[in-house]
Amino acid sequence: MRYLPLNDADRTAMLAAIGAAKIDDLFEDVPADSLNATFDLPDHLGEMEVERALGAMAAKNRAAGEGPFFIGCGAYAHHVPATVDHIIQRSEFLTSYTPYQPEIAQGTLQYLFEFQTQVAALTGMDVANASMYDGSTGCAEAALMARRVTKRKKVILSGALHPQYAAVTRTNLELHNDNVIQAPINTGAAEDLASMIDDETSCVIVQNPDVFGNIRDLTPIAEAAHAKGALLVAVVTETVSLGAIKSPGEMGADIVVGEGQSIGNGLNYGGPYVGLFATRQKYIRQMPGRLCGETTDAEGKRGFVLTLSTREQHIRRDKATSNICTNSGLCTLAFTVHMTLLGEAGLRRLAMLNHDIAGKAADALGAVTGVEIVNKSYFNEFTLRLPKNASAVVDTLAKEGVLAGVPGGRLWPDDPAAENLLIVAATERVTEGDIETFALKLREAL
Amino acid sequence: MSMNTQGRPTRADGAALSDTPTFTGNKALQIEEALSFEIGDVARTGVDLAEPTGGAHRLGGLHRDSDIGLPGLTEPETMRHFVRLSQKNFAIDMGPFPLGSCTMKHNPRLNEKVARLPGFGDLHPLAPQSAVQGALELIDRLAFWLKELTGMPAVAMSPKAGAHGELCGMMAIKSALDARGEGSKRTRVLAPESAHGTNPATAVQCGFTVEPIPADSTGRVDLGALKEKLSDDIAGIMVTNPNTCGLFERDIRAIADAVHEAGGYFYCDGANFNAIAGKVRPGDLGIDAMHINLHKTFSTPHGGGGPGSGPTVLSDALAPFAPVPYVVHENGVFHLVETRRAAKAETSGADSMGRLTAFHGQMGMFVRALAYMMSHGVDGVRQAAEDAVLNANYVLARLKTEMTPAFDGFCMHEALFDDRFLEGTGVETIDFAKAMIDEGYHPMTMYFPLVVHGAMLIEPTESESKRELDLFCNALLSLAKRAKAGEVEPFKAAPIYAPRRRLDETAAARNPVLKWRPEAQAAE
Repeated sequence: MRYLPLNDADRTAMLAAIGAAKIDDLFEDVPADSLNATFDLPDHLGEMEVERALGAMAAKNRAAGEGPFFIGCGAYAHHVPATVDHIIQRSEFLTSYTPYQPEIAQGTLQYLFEFQTQVAALTGMDVANASMYDGSTGCAEAALMARRVTKRKKVILSGALHPQYAAVTRTNLELHNDNVIQAPINTGAAEDLASMIDDETSCVIVQNPDVFGNIRDLTPIAEAAHAKGALLVAVVTETVSLGAIKSPGEMGADIVVGEGQSIGNGLNYGGPYVGLFATRQKYIRQMPGRLCGETTDAEGKRGFVLTLSTREQHIRRDKATSNICTNSGLCTLAFTVHMTLLGEAGLRRLAMLNHDIAGKAADALGAVTGVEIVNKSYFNEFTLRLPKNASAVVDTLAKEGVLAGVPGGRLWPDDPAAENLLIVAATERVTEGDIETFALKLREAL
Repeated sequence: MSMNTQGRPTRADGAALSDTPTFTGNKALQIEEALSFEIGDVARTGVDLAEPTGGAHRLGGLHRDSDIGLPGLTEPETMRHFVRLSQKNFAIDMGPFPLGSCTMKHNPRLNEKVARLPGFGDLHPLAPQSAVQGALELIDRLAFWLKELTGMPAVAMSPKAGAHGELCGMMAIKSALDARGEGSKRTRVLAPESAHGTNPATAVQCGFTVEPIPADSTGRVDLGALKEKLSDDIAGIMVTNPNTCGLFERDIRAIADAVHEAGGYFYCDGANFNAIAGKVRPGDLGIDAMHINLHKTFSTPHGGGGPGSGPTVLSDALAPFAPVPYVVHENGVFHLVETRRAAKAETSGADSMGRLTAFHGQMGMFVRALAYMMSHGVDGVRQAAEDAVLNANYVLARLKTEMTPAFDGFCMHEALFDDRFLEGTGVETIDFAKAMIDEGYHPMTMYFPLVVHGAMLIEPTESESKRELDLFCNALLSLAKRAKAGEVEPFKAAPIYAPRRRLDETAAARNPVLKWRPEAQAAE
């Protein structure tokens, strides 16, 4: 077996040194009738055979790069520079552990510090943590944090929050019998959430751009929340948008959670991704997750350590702010490397390029007879109202090689109001030819 | 000599020992590296993108005008920056990384390669199900391996890491209690004092209260004390097996029976499943739920702190409450059950706990874990467990001449020592650990589990050869002898040769600096 360095001679010698007659003597505490169970599983394979078998499975999937591709809704097909993938595969990053021994983990700690600085700048907030699992779990953690800060038990979810984010948040808060109020589905960006906020409300959770792609001015809802002592949690599922539109921090958000996949990370069928989590300075001791901080070593040199650990489970146990331990270290590195390559100039350009391409797609698709563009504003994603069930149209177009977007029925299977909606994203990977093909096939399918 | 093209052979005898600091602060291959924020500027970039031409008129008047404050670097600068940073890290590819309970084993590169196939790496989670049949097949296949290896009937694949899997398992218990109409009555969870911190934190995150189970003198759950704590308000117990002392809970079936008799459920923390995978099926021992850290047992890379993946196996009693989404296989076609309503129809009326994450879990980790399993086969998985246990016992046997094992007898995959051997030396566990760094090793887990004074928990894994283990043991024996001989100073000063000396963690927490600020602002 190519991964196991011991041979039989080693094993015999080692058993002798230990004073055991055979390997199963070391398993003496296991109930005898359960030791050496039998399994309906195959024996080991060579590298080539494994690669062949998994390659065959991969070949049954349709990758984003295989043709016209317009799916978004929380995961975006962006180009990842080759440098990113090289760096994250370096042994020293790939095969290291959580930096609990900071003297020999400064590489990890320094990039975490850079990551936190980047995320704080992007979101317009004072501080960011070293990542959550993904945007959706970060969203639930934000609601739990708002609950700790305000000591209130009512959460209001916007009707244009990604429904899977809403579901994750609900699942976590229902454990505490909290009151989770879901505003009705709203495609227009003009929902009245302010009137739903009362003195019991811990937070309002609003996505921007929202799940339909609308760009929202969060300032009025931030003011309304603050007037009642509640927090505004802003959710950003497309991080590239922060290069084009005002940050949630500038619009008054108290906690910003985001999905960082767009920067440096592939689609990976939904994971692993990287959750962004940022807030105001005054709330840092209520934050979940790891934080990296600056300090000095015994010679006075600058160095970095994990800090404020008294919030965390390994120190605080049942009093911790969250049970999270392992987070998204390597995805965080991918984000940091890509963001370093982009810089502010590159990010702004990438963002506006996405906006350009989405504009071209919206113009072409909006010109198809019977199709209505729902949005007044958008970044790189917008919503079409079709004259018929969008799920059927998506299936038809998939057979034609066009992955057309996310039909409303996929995200809101129980809501007829969503049936004819098609949410379409267009990133820098989309070509004008892709847009032409999509418009042509859509016209045929309607 | 023939290698020296300058015609001036270098000689070792002229190199007088000197600790004069260098002008740069660098030490040969150890190169100091500033933060990217101190190197780059906001106009610089390492990507070439077309010029946007369309303008911002569809942004609803919310164009970002203010400075963001993100410096960029060109590609060569970026590469050098991160390569220099990488060289300040220790890694399993460089040497033994014997962190107990963390399982730092070899990460095969085949797994990285297959995870990057476009059909997996460039696959969208909301693509039509007709376009993702291979992904669903892979999830289904991995689920089969996990169910077979654990002897459990069901597995929830979506938990994103071990602690998330714990949440999944404890939520399943809560859902099952609710379905029995006992959710509000049964609120107490018991967990040993030796448990990972995630156990009590998870129980509380689920709305339970948590109480400790005392350990007996052999480092295992005290069955008598456990039984005294069981009553009709018990929701369940959380027990790690093999436990964090590196010992198999030999009363595990009696523990399971007692908890079930009291009407509670048995959550098993599967962090140490790597010790018994392919040897023992936890399902034969009476558990109701257990998460499996794919990043431990099945070697998906730890990556400096993630990503992890924590699929959670469930018993027949808990399976109906599994989270959405999950994969169903019918007539040769795979499909996803994505909502609570769909799950209710699928399970004839049970209420799924709901959704734990957007999308379907850590697919990238699933691909790597399945590649690991197929490469090992069930024969290799069993051999890996045996070798991991053999290696730990070998280390235990060799080190016990100078160090003090916390408990008598054999161990499983990790060997636990306490600090009695350092008594009176002035050297403490942390000093011993830091001295290991100077010897070229990553320290073992220190001060955990909490039930042992000055704990040192060593998990060599099956990836170490006998030669590496001998060198490692020789180094630790030498350190132990030096400490006992009164050589305190090198321990207190350690590490001396690492990129940084000991760091002031107290100062970092007292005055948290969590991001870079321009000098003018930082001075304020």
